[in-house]
Amino acid sequence: MAAPSPYIPSTETDRRAMLATVGVESVADLFAEIPAALRNPRIVLPEPLSEMELKRELAALAAQNTNTDSALCFLGAGSYQHFVPAVVRALVSRGEFATAYTPYQPEVSQGTLQATYEFQSLVCQLTGMEVANSGMYDGATALAEAALMSARITGRQRVVVLEGVSSAYREVLATYASGPDLVIDPIAPGSLPLDEGAACLVVQQPNFFGYLEDLRRCAEAAHAVGALLVVSADPISLGLLRPPGHYGADIVVGEGQALGNAISFGGPYVGLFACRQEHLRQMPGRIAGRTLDAEGNPGFVLTLQTREQHIRRERATSNICTSEQLVGLACTIYLAALGRTGLRQVAELCYQKAHYAAARIAALPGWRLPMEGIFFQEFVAVGPRPPAEVNAALLRQGIIGGLDIDGRIPNGMLLCFSELHSRHDIDRLVAALDSVGGE
Amino acid sequence: MARNALPPVRRGLPALLMDRSVPGRHASTLPVCDVPLSPLPPADLLRDDLPLPEVSEGELVRYFLHLSQLNYAVDTTFYPLGSCTMKYNPKWHDEVAGWPGFAQVHPLQPEATVQGTLRLLYQLQQFLSALTGLPAASLAPLAGAHGELAGMLIIKAYQRAHGQDQRDTILVPDTAHGTNPASAAMAGFKVVTVPSDAQGNVDLSALKDAMNERVAGLMLTLPNTLGLFEPNVLEVSRIIHEGGALFYGDGANFNALLGQVHVADLGVDVLHLNLHKTFSTPHGGGGPGAGPVLVREPIARHLPAPIVQVAEDGTFHLVTPESSIGRIGGFAGNFGVLLRAYCYIRSLGAAGLREVSEQAVLSANYLRVLLKDVLALPYERTCMHEAVFSAALLKAHDVRAHDIAKRLIDYGFHPPITYFPLIVPEALMIEPTETESKETLDAFTAALSSIVREAREQPEWLRSAPHGAPVARLDEARAARQPDLRWRPAAP
Repeated sequence: MAAPSPYIPSTETDRRAMLATVGVESVADLFAEIPAALRNPRIVLPEPLSEMELKRELAALAAQNTNTDSALCFLGAGSYQHFVPAVVRALVSRGEFATAYTPYQPEVSQGTLQATYEFQSLVCQLTGMEVANSGMYDGATALAEAALMSARITGRQRVVVLEGVSSAYREVLATYASGPDLVIDPIAPGSLPLDEGAACLVVQQPNFFGYLEDLRRCAEAAHAVGALLVVSADPISLGLLRPPGHYGADIVVGEGQALGNAISFGGPYVGLFACRQEHLRQMPGRIAGRTLDAEGNPGFVLTLQTREQHIRRERATSNICTSEQLVGLACTIYLAALGRTGLRQVAELCYQKAHYAAARIAALPGWRLPMEGIFFQEFVAVGPRPPAEVNAALLRQGIIGGLDIDGRIPNGMLLCFSELHSRHDIDRLVAALDSVGGE
Repeated sequence: MARNALPPVRRGLPALLMDRSVPGRHASTLPVCDVPLSPLPPADLLRDDLPLPEVSEGELVRYFLHLSQLNYAVDTTFYPLGSCTMKYNPKWHDEVAGWPGFAQVHPLQPEATVQGTLRLLYQLQQFLSALTGLPAASLAPLAGAHGELAGMLIIKAYQRAHGQDQRDTILVPDTAHGTNPASAAMAGFKVVTVPSDAQGNVDLSALKDAMNERVAGLMLTLPNTLGLFEPNVLEVSRIIHEGGALFYGDGANFNALLGQVHVADLGVDVLHLNLHKTFSTPHGGGGPGAGPVLVREPIARHLPAPIVQVAEDGTFHLVTPESSIGRIGGFAGNFGVLLRAYCYIRSLGAAGLREVSEQAVLSANYLRVLLKDVLALPYERTCMHEAVFSAALLKAHDVRAHDIAKRLIDYGFHPPITYFPLIVPEALMIEPTETESKETLDAFTAALSSIVREAREQPEWLRSAPHGAPVARLDEARAARQPDLRWRPAAP
């Protein structure tokens, strides 16, 4: 036997006693139902190493990455760097939260359940919606599920998507839509109003390019033909902007990562999902509810489970089980830590930094901002050279530039700013862009 | 706890954040704005209220620590939820996942700046292939059920690519977890249930009857949810394949098979793994997890995007397979979870992982033998990683599986899964995992024995359990009938 694993407490003596109780000679006897010729295949894996050795190896791997602590980074596009107060990590790391599971036994899961109820409450308060679930995989899948839900509610098969919705989100939507064979219909904002027969109009706010869509007009266009308005909203922007619920959105989704979670190469994140009360029973995902216990005291349970796969099986609203609970918990703690004034402050800082940067970049020779309208923390800048060349030059100066969107807007770059960027950081970027333009 | 002790005074639950909010308090500080101010958007685009709680940092910490202490968790308690594989989660994995070199890396950075991360993901794809015998993997699915959906869409794409558009049906055994039929339905398939035989295996004659040119695939959990290995798996595979269908393996219970067999050799074409279960990442109270999907070579072109490939110059790249079902999540999978699974595999190696399945199966059989006379064992066979018992005999005392579960809480144990699989009446599904000591398993056995005695002697004590939890038994019917799903201000 290999060196004993630190995670297996059984000693050889324990094992012998257990085998004797079971009444077999060896552990191999317990696997006798596996066809003998197929047992114990050769498995080629690296030799095991100790924690200390592996940390050295992993540190070497980590060192092959450029990280945003050591380099300035101006990427956003669905994954956002924000300052996370230490209290968030300290609380989320508690084993009592991290190593519990889905609260199937509510009496010993009140911590998880009450935190979920808090999460649902804060998502409703942030989005201006009536009800929310406990979380989806991420913002992209939350959007896809919202489209499926719209099709169920309206009995229609056509999903109309504004072109300002992130292409990655639209790709995920297309994957999900291929199951029930929904038709995806991308349109420019100019082509509103909608045709009859649309299940929903899907809008991203701010849109992929960072600019605000006219949600009032979108709501009117959707509702005029009996379609639902689905809004994918950035939660940090909701610290400042009127929430989608106030415009009459029927379903609001969003990427929760920005609320207290690391960018972590794209996951784990959490999808926010809220809707109007009347659609509650069509909502996917877990939902916590407050009830009373046998002694008349309040307590929390998972509820409305007849929507879900473990009860309804192939007729469930979704196959989803997870709620990305721990990521959602970080959102809850982050929102509570920032509170009413803090979130507004973060949102305003993002807005101000982006606008300062935009003004400086627009003033550079050879650079311009091609889009009109109001933006939040991201905007498109068009430079004199392809973004790939610009970014390569920036990287040599320790700067990870904006997202290359040359394929959609020639020489276009999507830049993102947050409270993490000081004026000095932005000035460094501007100077670097200036020098690149002239190279 | 003593059986006849006075019921403890329940401490009750702490007040909600919004109810403890006091204007002016806050738990964070932010820098003042260091750039010249631009005008904000017009007022009609701005919100006039932001109803978020206002608390100090100390209050915030005390509140959430109080909440945490209301949970049972693997870190505090034996947590034998069947099919959930609640094993111990090594702490150093969490530390590494928090390193800036991994956590502070943006998913859209140029590939040249994320070679460490891509190399790790590439290796993990290879490790999972080495463990399953299936050569191609996508780490993109974000949870087990998400992997199932990917797998179902892969089967749909594969059948369509072979001109088999009429194959619109997926077969699912009656022991299957609810996600299986739900995932098949989400992918647009019809679902036909295949019954189990008296031994808990797939009924082969029923399977043969169900096979026809409309069947696209069979979903089978290995071992099945009764904790039993399917001894006829090769025959099942033959029937499926001869009928032109694919064999989908649900790897939720892969902890039983680690290192014991290549599921590819059993005939599996498409498989998902639950990394949070078998590969020991914290379950988080309900996620995050990761549900990579693995396939045979001819099916690899349909894998969800992205997958990691290595170029001739040794650099790593995210690519989309040529006939991919498409992107299934916003980015490239739950990296923080994938990283922890990588750490687990590297620290145990092939022999260590085999030891995991051996001990997990030995521990489950140990409980099976110790408990088979305490509770009824409907399928009296060697089990794999879990054993399913029935409390049906206690119905004579008006005690149900539910009551036993609630009473276990008073003994300091998290209850097992109850009422699943559906084919076992009053089911209690117990999965001990390899990380529990013999002493814990003995104590758990003693607790269950004591509870069954109580069921005969003072059943009302079980029906009103738990007595030592922060709340008494909760009214789930009321919760569904009168949904209270969010905080609202108290009526004036």
